[in-house]
Amino acid sequence: MCLAIPAKVLEVHPDGWARVEVGGIRSRVSLAMLDEVNVGDYLIVHAGFALTRLNVEEAEKTLALFAEIAAKLEFPAHALHS
Amino acid sequence: MRYIHEFRSAVVAATLARSIAAEADPRRSYHLMEFCGGHTHAIFRYGVQDLLPPNVELVHGPGCPVCVLATPRLDAVIELAADADVILVSYGDMLRVPGSRKRSLLRARALGADVRMAYSALDALDVAAANPNRPVVFFAIGFETTTPATAVLVLEARRRGLTNLSVYCNHVLTPPAIRGILDSPEVVRIDGFIGPSHVSTVIGSRPYEYVAEDYERPVVIAGFEPLDVMQAILMLIRQINAGNATVENQFTRGVTREGNLKAQALVAEVFALRSSFEWRGLGSVADSALQIKPELGAFDAERRFNLIEQPVIENKACECPSIIRGLKKPTDCAIFGKACTPRNPIGSCMVSSEGACAAYYKYRHRSRSQSVADA
Repeated sequence: MCLAIPAKVLEVHPDGWARVEVGGIRSRVSLAMLDEVNVGDYLIVHAGFALTRLNVEEAEKTLALFAEIAAKLEFPAHALHS
Repeated sequence: MRYIHEFRSAVVAATLARSIAAEADPRRSYHLMEFCGGHTHAIFRYGVQDLLPPNVELVHGPGCPVCVLATPRLDAVIELAADADVILVSYGDMLRVPGSRKRSLLRARALGADVRMAYSALDALDVAAANPNRPVVFFAIGFETTTPATAVLVLEARRRGLTNLSVYCNHVLTPPAIRGILDSPEVVRIDGFIGPSHVSTVIGSRPYEYVAEDYERPVVIAGFEPLDVMQAILMLIRQINAGNATVENQFTRGVTREGNLKAQALVAEVFALRSSFEWRGLGSVADSALQIKPELGAFDAERRFNLIEQPVIENKACECPSIIRGLKKPTDCAIFGKACTPRNPIGSCMVSSEGACAAYYKYRHRSRSQSVADA
């Protein structure tokens, strides 16, 4: 149940639901634990509920740190898994 | 997929592995427990252990909800499901977990019980609304991640007047379980903890501060991707080398010190602390689980039904209890991969993908050459 990944918000419904997408798969998640969710936000989803909004600024900081680490080597970072 | 691939870069993993190898002191060893089963799964899927020097060992923790459920409580719900009137709803993993005498909820369903699989706790609302003349019981399990969902279920059932719905509450708490492991008389050596991702999005990083202070063990909350875990390992090694024991947060994109206050308020509205609760593997742990508050007692299956917990004789060959405590590895178990496989699980650790045995089994053919950094 803990294997969730960030889901992008496609639609927000006034009754507390959102349609989200991960890798082409769309599903419905409850927004009962979150306020002010907007289209385009990334959510961390768990068993049908959005637990929190992904903090994009912090994600970018972590990625920048990783890019710095990768720069120690002479070739660019690439992803292994698709 | 944004914010997923970037956290799986093989080059970064190789560089982090090099830093870990350079900074891990060869004169000592590092025993780091990943509490959460999601981390256990990621560690095996990406071959993280193979990227670490031999003196850095990952110890798998009890953070697998179905693994830690005490068998008498599962047996009680299997008995309840046998009642022809009752509709029982739970998460998929739970249905496959073996109770005593090789029974399970799936087997009960094959024998005629009305057992339904839920993706979300709120699925139980639809079942209750569609069957107003039958009692519907949601078999609620999980750590702090699924607890707010169950709270929403109870509050919605009350709002919609679904008086036929009740919840069999088995929600457990992460921080007391960490205390339970550290207080265990059978000492497992743990020098630091990789803190859970999703649990921490809800409770925040603050509840771990006592582990750092009282037990003098560093905690680094980590995201679920392999680079997150490796960075957290490096952060733990740095703390241990410096003689520090503080709470650090690697998963800043999901976790704050305070956590999700709205989710915490939902939990506080519906649940009260149990003074003690029986865990599989850990035994009785004080203040480690939740029950439905008396004022919402109409939705508490333990008040509505006669759920009797009978003592059970566990399968002696199954090492699940020791594996949950981090005392043994799945490969130390005589029946691992032989009598006990994911298709025919004897112990709960082989059922869920978060269980250490299932993770070992699934990725058992992975060799060093297939790990993430060598790609």
